[in-house]
Amino acid sequence: MSIWEYANPKKFIATADAVLPWFSGLAVICLVGGLVWGFFFTPEDYRQGATVKIFYLHVPAAMMAINAWAMMLVTSLVWLIRRHHVSALAAKAAAPIGLTFTLIALVTGAIWGQPMWGTWWEWDPRLTSFLILFLFYLGYMALWEAIENPDTAADLTAILCLVGSVFAILSRYAVNFWNQGLHQGASLSLDKQENVADVYWYPALVCIVGFVLLFIVLVLVRTKTEIRRRRLHALEMRERMG
Amino acid sequence: MIRLLIRDMRLAMRAGGGFGLGLAFFLIVAVLVPFGVGPESGTLRVIAPGILWVGALLACLLSLDRIFQLDFEDGSLDLLATAPIPLEGVVGMKAVAHWLTTGLPLVLAAPVLGMLLNLAPGAYLWLIASLAVGTPALSMIGAFGAALTVGLKRGGLLLSLLVLPLYVPTLIFGAESISRGADGLAVATPMLLLGGITLFTLALLPFAAAAALRINLR
Repeated sequence: MSIWEYANPKKFIATADAVLPWFSGLAVICLVGGLVWGFFFTPEDYRQGATVKIFYLHVPAAMMAINAWAMMLVTSLVWLIRRHHVSALAAKAAAPIGLTFTLIALVTGAIWGQPMWGTWWEWDPRLTSFLILFLFYLGYMALWEAIENPDTAADLTAILCLVGSVFAILSRYAVNFWNQGLHQGASLSLDKQENVADVYWYPALVCIVGFVLLFIVLVLVRTKTEIRRRRLHALEMRERMG
Repeated sequence: MIRLLIRDMRLAMRAGGGFGLGLAFFLIVAVLVPFGVGPESGTLRVIAPGILWVGALLACLLSLDRIFQLDFEDGSLDLLATAPIPLEGVVGMKAVAHWLTTGLPLVLAAPVLGMLLNLAPGAYLWLIASLAVGTPALSMIGAFGAALTVGLKRGGLLLSLLVLPLYVPTLIFGAESISRGADGLAVATPMLLLGGITLFTLALLPFAAAAALRINLR
């Protein structure tokens, strides 16, 4: 029993089908519960008023936008090293989801920034890094779309993902050097006693768990679709040959 | 390898349109900007470093797809891949040739364009220095992008989408060096970081680009 068993597409789909209902149910419960709790049952901040509540969408989306890229990096490495097709397809499946999370983080940030900072957009390091991350996702997806041979596409996008990760981190710190920002520092970390006041923290935690589950569910569903699409393609090819 | 470099340079210079096109583009960008933002010399002075760097970057981008495309089409890239020199070396030499035919002319032309854009007098030295240090990174990153898209029919647009985000750190440090030089501030930090990026790309990207080429030639 090892994790590589799930590299078998059949086994992967069977397992995904088995866990999907549970994960989707939990994701819905966490998201609905966390958001309702956050939106209706937490006090308004004394300075920011109700706008503080967008934090329940903004923070988890931003976290998952970065984590999705990290997941793509790992699956790309697995593909390059062990040549498991499921791994490459999972990376392909995760890219649009990561792109969407990046967009959610940018848009919710802009909506919050308009009343709070008085501007929709500010060339702040964090905002700029996210915009660059958005461009990286776009380039990655465009490369997948452009190449016809699936194995070549998987190889080239994996290389792009590796190089892109290095440059994304480089850009992150280069941008820091370029401009000091308005965005607050990291509010959440594991080594502090209390990150934000507990009333806000617990619903936020539920939302974060919800977003993680949502991401997993979406990746599993999309990977399943990709596997089936690949299989369909193979069947069509065989038909044409025969 | 030296012979490959000479061959590539000769091809770039003799094949019409490639050589000098980037330079002309750079000139046009620098001439068009004042029409866009107005001729006030104060405004131009402030934005000149950024315009010059963005112009150099776009001019570099223009000729990127030529790095491998022609050799890929007529099959000489296959010969190069099976030649006794490592493919990483081929990629490196191609990037050097691209820099010599695109980057170096830009570096030499930049002071004239700086004059057109009313660059601060103290910044000329740093303009030349930062372009000289930074443009090799542009060529190398571009060679990587070109290696990724070499098998595609119309890879030009995709190439720019892939390569431009990778240019961000180079652009930041390059333009920052000039504007600090223009304000008379210490320039060492961005210049060193710029040099670091160039060396880093020269050391590592040939491997990534060669890997991409091998996949495309499979």
